[in-house]
Amino acid sequence: MQDILEKPVTKVAEVPVNKDRGKLKKVLIICSKGKLEDVYAALVMANGALMEGLEAKMFFTFFGLEAITKKNADHLHTATVGNPAFMPGMPTIVAGLPGFEAFASYMMKKEMDKLDMPQVSEFIQMIEAGGGEIYACKLAAEMFHLKKEDFLDEVKGIITVGDMYALADGEGTQIIFI
Amino acid sequence: METTVLTLVQTEVNNEGYLKNMNDWSPELAREIAAKENIQLTTRHFEVLNWLRNKHAEGVPLSIRKVGNSGIVDIKQFYALFPGGPLKISSKIAGIPKPASCI
Repeated sequence: MQDILEKPVTKVAEVPVNKDRGKLKKVLIICSKGKLEDVYAALVMANGALMEGLEAKMFFTFFGLEAITKKNADHLHTATVGNPAFMPGMPTIVAGLPGFEAFASYMMKKEMDKLDMPQVSEFIQMIEAGGGEIYACKLAAEMFHLKKEDFLDEVKGIITVGDMYALADGEGTQIIFI
Repeated sequence: METTVLTLVQTEVNNEGYLKNMNDWSPELAREIAAKENIQLTTRHFEVLNWLRNKHAEGVPLSIRKVGNSGIVDIKQFYALFPGGPLKISSKIAGIPKPASCI
């Protein structure tokens, strides 16, 4: 009896091993930019996640809202000024000439077309059809005076930052900010 | 690199489960591979699988967008038929190599 009391028996509870631990299950992609390359990066990543069987949610804020408005979704541009990666060596004074930005964006879209990349509005449709959810930022929408009617039909709602974080709930979720 | 016996045909699949020899494919084989993915094949599934095999034979690179515009099935239905990574899973069942596509 004394023996048992002097040596307390402790046993470590066995934690069931979750083989799924560490696996990516959901991505929340926040897009705050309205440039062509930034929006497409967000869309390709969201669609790619769905293609791999993951869940994908998108949250567009500030200039990202341009990508989900009916008016501008298919008319996004890339930056030619202040973008040193765009045609390195191109002098700003040339890149800033009227029409240059539109032309550069047109060329870029042509290249994307060759690779079978859809227009932004079609891409958003593809993402929504694949089960992705698309949201707009309430704060930014108010700032830009945008209402639900201004957004594409696939946009599920205009939500606050708290609701956005709730979208990222669950194990195996990653938040990507663009 | 494992040799798996599927139905009565001994065929090889690579380490991701894709058929090594495309000519080994048959609808019965497709059913077996689909069963591993918990999918029961219906006529609808086979319509898509045959379309995929035809496009692969023609050398057309496959993407989710292409399937959606194929006229056989739209994207929502495609995801419903082969849940959890439709392009990957349907090409595995169709016996064609994994498409290297980002769209």
